[in-house]
Amino acid sequence: MKILVCISHVPDTTSKINFVENNTKFDTAGVQFIIGPYDDYALARAIELKESLSATVTVLNVGLADTEPTIRKALAIGADDAIRVNADPTDSFFVAKQIAANAEGYDIILMGRESIDFNSGVVHGMVGELLGMPSVSPVMKLEIEGTVAKMAREIEGGKEYLEVNLPFVAGCQEPIAEWKIPNMRGIMSARTKPLNVVEPVAVESGVSTKTFELPPQKSGVKMIAADNVGELVTLLKNEAKVL
Amino acid sequence: MAIVVFVESAEGKIKKSSLEAVAYAHAMNDDVTAIAMGTIDSTELANIGQYGAKKVLHVADARLDQGIIKAYATALEKALAAENADILVLANSSLGTPVAARVAAHIGAGLVSNVVELPDTSNGFVVKRSIYTGKAFALAAITSQKKILAIKKNAAEAKVIGADVQPTPFDAALSDSDFTTKITKQEKATGEVLLPEAEVVVSGGRGMKGAEHWGILEDLAKELGAATGCSKPVSDIGWRPHHEHVGQTGVKVSPQLYIAVGISGAIQHLAGVNSSKCIVVINKDPEAPFFKAADYGIVGDAFEVVPKLTEAIKAAK
Ligand SMILES: Cc1cc2nc3c(=O)[nH]c(=O)nc-3n(C[C@H](O)[C@H](O)[C@H](O)COP(=O)(O)OP(=O)(O)OC[C@H]3O[C@@H](n4cnc5c(N)ncnc54)[C@H](O)[C@@H]3O)c2cc1C
Ligand SMILES: Nc1ncnc2c1ncn2[C@@H]1O[C@H](COP(=O)(O)O)[C@@H](O)[C@H]1O
Repeated sequence: MKILVCISHVPDTTSKINFVENNTKFDTAGVQFIIGPYDDYALARAIELKESLSATVTVLNVGLADTEPTIRKALAIGADDAIRVNADPTDSFFVAKQIAANAEGYDIILMGRESIDFNSGVVHGMVGELLGMPSVSPVMKLEIEGTVAKMAREIEGGKEYLEVNLPFVAGCQEPIAEWKIPNMRGIMSARTKPLNVVEPVAVESGVSTKTFELPPQKSGVKMIAADNVGELVTLLKNEAKVL
Repeated sequence: MAIVVFVESAEGKIKKSSLEAVAYAHAMNDDVTAIAMGTIDSTELANIGQYGAKKVLHVADARLDQGIIKAYATALEKALAAENADILVLANSSLGTPVAARVAAHIGAGLVSNVVELPDTSNGFVVKRSIYTGKAFALAAITSQKKILAIKKNAAEAKVIGADVQPTPFDAALSDSDFTTKITKQEKATGEVLLPEAEVVVSGGRGMKGAEHWGILEDLAKELGAATGCSKPVSDIGWRPHHEHVGQTGVKVSPQLYIAVGISGAIQHLAGVNSSKCIVVINKDPEAPFFKAADYGIVGDAFEVVPKLTEAIKAAK
């Protein structure tokens, strides 16, 4: 059994977002990069399945050389080997094509439900379509029984339980597994695990990002005394006009 | 050139976010065809016309009452072809967005999700989308002939501008290969206001001290016709169900009014609420970071302030 986990390399959730070069580039100064939090759930579940199914886990990232520390972290958490597609991940379809080009022979392809930089929530669906496999997202429970995957998917206001045959693609979220923290042994062994760098396939993409913007600043909070909630109701009605 | 809009329903009713998608498409071009799938009330279907659809297609296949992504994608592709449409518009959702992804990859359409405004067509086709979980926006150009836009809540206002349209049955000729995903069971809260769709959200954090104290938030929510939400630790401990968890790793909400009670305002929580129109924070700690992101704040004990607020809203009606 072979499992592929696709991880994005994204700014830590506490990062302040800024842009440089006339708002055409993300400002990486002082930013810590992490494995996408949803991708980290996918990876954690893959490592659990690796033990119960005696499977191998490969992590894949589409990114330039600066993503390697993030990939090594995934290896330290327990993945067996890694693939880095050497390209700037500028667009979801571009990323999906690169993943599809390297996904030959995997039985289970796990991703996060969305990346936290682009928040597109589409790469898993695109990869499913490109490979002719079912795609399911957002998956909060995943069990493998023989050649069948049993999953629970979050729907608005509840859950849906479903089954698909292997191979399939899933976009994961909590509580599919708990995030795993690498231990010392993991970190040591990650240094020598194979990290294969492959060149991207050519893709004609229909979407390109031009510039970035920051949202307008909030004008500041208006404080109301705890014994005067009536005033809050008046303000919500007449000033904010939301009641 | 026609635009096709994928309209989602819940419990037989058209979702408000989908009506916003119809209004969005209509603002681009008045040749709008809406398509809905599964079991839906016929008056609900006809109503779509009032929001700007010239034509309403209905795939009356009960298998589509469940979220089979592939089957929805196939039906949409057939509708695009039948209507000779180059543009598909739909509301971002846990179903709609993955469906759009499959369609885009199959027909080679340029897809942008989390779109917050109408496209700028003065020089090409440029859309504004929310990125970094609401912390920034990107302007993206779509250069392909076929385009798909998954729009975020409030990107357009759903308002009545036209008349009912008689729905037309649409045969999507779905085959078994579209149903390789087998849904075995659905668990769904009925009659509740759905969190991603809600205009008002009342949300509680660890400051609520326990599941047994949620009654006061539910009373307030009921008075406001609001959905209830919570912070991540609250759903992690199991005080509230997971689908109520708001934030970076949970539901992103964009209501008119978000009331946060006993939530500190960690950056990951704020990421899920920063596109709310108005934020009210109730917290006993005047230093709670949430106040910096709020429009109105009350420093006080939730157990005293919330019941008083509920009463004041009742009185103001
Ligand atoms: C990668 C990552 C992703 C995350 N994603 C999310 C997410 O999606 N959503 C999310 O919410 N969190 C998320 N978190 C967790 C986040 O960092 C915070 O830990 C969490 O939001 C805190 O929840 P809280 O405000 O309920 O609890 P606390 O931080 O413990 O705050 C409780 C608040 O209640 C107040 N309080 C106490 N008693 C009362 C009272 N009687 N009356 C009024 N106020 C009172 C306190 O003053 C305090 O401000 C994430 C963390 C990480 C690392
Ligand atoms: N550059 C990347 N390399 C590998 N996987 C990625 C990359 N970007 C996104 N993914 C995967 O695709 C999922 C959905 O991403 P998105 O469609 O961008 O929201 C993420 O959670 C990752 O698992």
